[in-house]
Amino acid sequence: MFYRESGQFKSTYAEDSQIFPIRQDRWVVGGIVAFAFLGIPLLAQFGWVSNYAFTAILTPFLIFALAALGLNILTGYAGQLSLGTAAFMAVGAFASYNFMLRIEGMPILVAFVLGGLCAAAVGIVFGLPSLRIRGFYLAAATLATQFFIVWCLTKVGWFTNYSSSGVITAQKIEMFGYAFDSSMSKYLFVLGIVSVMALLAKNMVRTNIGRSWMAIRDMDMAAEVIGFRPMRTKLMAFAVSSFYCGVAGALFAYAYLGTVEPEGFNLDLSFRILFMVIIGGLGSILGSFLGSAFIVLLPIVLNVAMQSLEGAGLPLPSGIGSSIELMAFGALIIFFLIVEPHGLARLWQIGKEKLRLWPFPH
Amino acid sequence: MQFFIEVLIAGLLSGVMYSLVALGYVLIYKASGVFNFAQGAMVFFAALTAVGLHDLGLSLWVAVPLTMVAMIVLGLVTEKFVLRPLVAQPEITLFMATIGLTFFVEGLAQAIWGASVRGLELGIADVPLEWLMEVSGMAISQFDLIAAGIAAALVAGLALFFSRTKVGRALRAVADDHQAALSVGIPLQHIWGVVWAVAGFVALVSGLLWGARNGVQFALTFVALKALPVLILGGFTSVPGAIVGGLIIGASEKLAEVFLPPLLQQLFDTQMNLGGIEGWFPYVLALLFLLVRPEGLFGEKIIRRI
Amino acid sequence: MSKKSGEVILSFDNISLSFGGVKALTSIGFDVREHEIRAIIGPNGAGKSSMLNVINGVYHPQQGEIVFRGQKRRGMNTYESAKSGIARTFQNIALFKGMSVLDNIMTGRNLKMRSNFLLDAIYWGPAQREEIAHRKAVEEIIDFLEIQHIRKTPVGRLPYGLQKRVELGRALAAEPSILLLDEPMAGMNVEEKQDMCRFILDVNDQLGTTIVLIEHDMGVVMDISDRVVVLDYGKKIADGTPDEVRSNQNVIDAYLGVAH
Ligand SMILES: Nc1ncnc2c1ncn2[C@@H]1O[C@H](COP(=O)(O)OP(=O)(O)OP(=O)(O)O)[C@@H](O)[C@H]1O
Ligand SMILES: [Mg+2]
Repeated sequence: MFYRESGQFKSTYAEDSQIFPIRQDRWVVGGIVAFAFLGIPLLAQFGWVSNYAFTAILTPFLIFALAALGLNILTGYAGQLSLGTAAFMAVGAFASYNFMLRIEGMPILVAFVLGGLCAAAVGIVFGLPSLRIRGFYLAAATLATQFFIVWCLTKVGWFTNYSSSGVITAQKIEMFGYAFDSSMSKYLFVLGIVSVMALLAKNMVRTNIGRSWMAIRDMDMAAEVIGFRPMRTKLMAFAVSSFYCGVAGALFAYAYLGTVEPEGFNLDLSFRILFMVIIGGLGSILGSFLGSAFIVLLPIVLNVAMQSLEGAGLPLPSGIGSSIELMAFGALIIFFLIVEPHGLARLWQIGKEKLRLWPFPH
Repeated sequence: MQFFIEVLIAGLLSGVMYSLVALGYVLIYKASGVFNFAQGAMVFFAALTAVGLHDLGLSLWVAVPLTMVAMIVLGLVTEKFVLRPLVAQPEITLFMATIGLTFFVEGLAQAIWGASVRGLELGIADVPLEWLMEVSGMAISQFDLIAAGIAAALVAGLALFFSRTKVGRALRAVADDHQAALSVGIPLQHIWGVVWAVAGFVALVSGLLWGARNGVQFALTFVALKALPVLILGGFTSVPGAIVGGLIIGASEKLAEVFLPPLLQQLFDTQMNLGGIEGWFPYVLALLFLLVRPEGLFGEKIIRRI
Repeated sequence: MSKKSGEVILSFDNISLSFGGVKALTSIGFDVREHEIRAIIGPNGAGKSSMLNVINGVYHPQQGEIVFRGQKRRGMNTYESAKSGIARTFQNIALFKGMSVLDNIMTGRNLKMRSNFLLDAIYWGPAQREEIAHRKAVEEIIDFLEIQHIRKTPVGRLPYGLQKRVELGRALAAEPSILLLDEPMAGMNVEEKQDMCRFILDVNDQLGTTIVLIEHDMGVVMDISDRVVVLDYGKKIADGTPDEVRSNQNVIDAYLGVAH
């Protein structure tokens, strides 16, 4: 009844080419963004959003969503499966760290961009095999990125400023004399960056560059015949994707953990982000956010469930939590691939279509 | 020179064991077109189950057959609940599903048996062969030699199984063309069951060998992961490819681990500790190799049609 | 047909192509004139599709020479031929399954787009204006092909006949000077075939697009094409106007399956 596009006629292609052509969608998304920027800080003022919520849920959710977005560009849109996401994040984090460390007065945002660009450069190099191989051959080859990069960062002392343990402590986030040191201010900092980058990504995937990625993904021969150049298109996907992952990695270090070591960007993290993309929805910007929320919340929910089981007098062996988490992740991946390969984003879409017809389903 | 040969032989011996793991992948890929990423998790699961049962007081002669039963059940369950619903999906979807399976199986193994490292004693000491030591002064591990022998025997046995038995021939027919195999009356479900059972068996043997060597622990899954570069080198569909690929990876990673750091230190004029090269070397080698020969050593060249 | 065929713009001499042992094309030579509809016919496996693939650079002949707009070359390459105005459709539909009809057709215009990915990302000013200008052009094609009602549908969900139409739309979006059509009417019912014929003739008539057409339906071929080349087992067995070809003994034998 209320979610209808009837009566909304589009008289220009400009109107029809908007990100959200349906007015109700614009309201909802606008509402969510406003709530994220204003509502949540306000609630925090009243003590309704705890520090824990900022540091353990909201901030990591946004950072992982950005990384998932990066991987989604590569895997979901351009069709190149990668198992090396965490390595690109690591490059972004450690490059930003070194730019901040070694260049006097380096503005933090510039350092992040430069870090992202370093990740993009690495992405291009390790993306070269994609020109010759595809599918799981490529996936297996991307493991080289994962292991090699982490090894390099661990062994070459320069990257960690010769820290004996390999752990780096990210510099303070400061902009225009303002220090982002409270958990809420870090959240807002991340939110700002992630919102802008999500918007840019959305614009890319709905214009020529995005179409070139999807064309290569769906039918590379035909894409070539109509004039897309596979090499350029694929390397561009690797570059943009790695840039996003690199910035996500920098935020991971600066706004989430504070101290990181190269080993923190291990294969497990790469898989985790891949899972976000699969569960959220391959080839969907929204899906990257939904998937991230899901994977961030799942362990918390499991934890609570297990604690209440224990509270109910059912003693569980210690350490079983992480095993159950693994099983749940695995089972969910399989479940989604079988039941809804387009992930949560598609479920959302279906829900909307139902709503459009409601309450008269014809 | 002698040291070089020592390292080379140690590498080749562990290479045989990589081949064995890789063979598990090849089996399933040939029969059902699925690249089963979870093969590594199956190795871990098998080793942990066998050791777990053994630690409960069962003798290995009981624990190992019981584990085999568990592996067959695992294989059948996977076939029924993961692969069958995904039949006719793109290869890459199946691949991702087996990544999910990997997590599930790893979680399951640890949920049942706990996450601590367990030792496994097969009764073969990991000491240098004495006579060889006396004759040539080279230290070659007795355990590695025997383990490689077992692996080699198994690899040969499987090759024979493929080429000589009725099931093996049916399997190859399936690998070549599913439709045709169906139409001449080869029961696919049945064949897939057999394949998963055999792959489970291979996983069990590799798990026991690697577990006895390095301890049964989560890190086993990383050993199994090294079967991937082996496959890239050898081609995903080739049994001889898996063997040769395993030997190349095994030998080259050991050589790289030993001889590359001094070289790099000289080159960059540093004193840095550059150990752990074997952690990435196989992957980078495979990647470079792909640039030259995307279809692997023994794989068939794919011609794209439109 | 009262149409004006122009200069020769594309000619082949002694083209041979083989795959391993299979000879797909043996010493083929023929030419294509501007503005004409040139049909290639022949039994299954005759090498028709391979010939199209040679024209737009998907396959590279081992032997022979191509003269394109007065330039001699050994072979074509896909990007260059797209750039120089050759567009095509495929025998087995090669649309981008995950994208909407609109996006599929938009991809056809990629070579005309000037904007780069940074401008696209910001989607402001020139990038937006360009996108919308191209959108207009694409909408015209959508109107022409009468597929307005499905513009936002993912092509994977469309019936076969409509997919073929969308594929034609994608090719037309490039505003090609030569259009290669590989069995555009295969698997269609009579009504759909008539529509498709009308589209092809309109394109040829109104835009003057040169068309190279592979088709099995003899009625259609004889009706709409200006000249026909006949292949059999990779060899050219006849070349001429529909009437000449129809009465050629070699052609009759090939189609009736007389032993070679
Ligand atoms: N990429 C390829 N690899 C190997 N052989 C090929 C390839 N493409 C075509 N051929 C072979 O070349 C020959 C000609 O094929 P082509 O597709 O050109 O025939 P066609 O005339 O289009 O037939 P149809 O009417 O069935 O479409 C066939 O024997 C075919 O098997
Ligand atoms: Mg054909």
